[in-house]
Amino acid sequence: MVSLNSYIVLSMIVFTIGVFGFLTRRNIIIMFISVELMLNAVNISLVAFSFYLQDLRGHILVFFIISVAAAEAAIGLAILIAFFRNKPTVNIDEINIMKW
Amino acid sequence: MLTQAIFGYLSFVIVVTSILVVTRKNAVHSVLWMLILFIHIAALFLFLNAEFLAAIQIIIYAGAMLVLYLFVVMLLNLKQEERIPRFTSLWPLGLLTATGLLLVLGLTAKTIIKGPPYIYTVDFVNEIGHLSLVGQVLYTEYLFPFEVLSVVLLVAIVGAIVLAKKKLRS
Repeated sequence: MVSLNSYIVLSMIVFTIGVFGFLTRRNIIIMFISVELMLNAVNISLVAFSFYLQDLRGHILVFFIISVAAAEAAIGLAILIAFFRNKPTVNIDEINIMKW
Repeated sequence: MLTQAIFGYLSFVIVVTSILVVTRKNAVHSVLWMLILFIHIAALFLFLNAEFLAAIQIIIYAGAMLVLYLFVVMLLNLKQEERIPRFTSLWPLGLLTATGLLLVLGLTAKTIIKGPPYIYTVDFVNEIGHLSLVGQVLYTEYLFPFEVLSVVLLVAIVGAIVLAKKKLRS
């Protein structure tokens, strides 16, 4: 029997890797992917909690998170394409048009 | 023993592939490592008796969203992006922040107190079926959030078209 803490630690590590990727990468597509990684880490911990607390409501929350993540990816990538038409780069250091 | 071995394998692959996802230079490689990551997360969900979630993890994440990412990477010509350094110049600061976050989360993980268990034991879920129980909870207790979610998806559909369209006719 794997303990609840193992799942929490796994979820924690994946979340931290996602935070690291979001903070340090220059490519905006990989930053989006890091956000997905963080959402997946949260999903792992929610499913683990709902298994150990014998409660299905965690599964419902994971279902909602997956749907919202899909909507977020669609909108985010559409914004990215609209931006790429004006300035052909995905490097976040060059996306500074609104910088004061 | 076997369950621990399976969990060890799954968690090892999940951690390694997530490191590979955030460190590869080519975005296509990142997305493909992400595919392996998602399949292993789906296996972890199966391990935790969540068959329905494993199925939608494969269908929505691995099937739909990664294809969307691959399409966008393909639409944007990213040849010159591969020549610049992949991390920002302040990447040690990011690493420090992430390590500090891991430390704080690790300290809080020790103090988790489990609440009393609810009615959905493993035997009960296996007897009725995971999908029908999820459906019961989703369509009774969470009916209003479910309807709101359909509006969110509608906004996503319309918004993606409006944003990515070349020019709106006035």
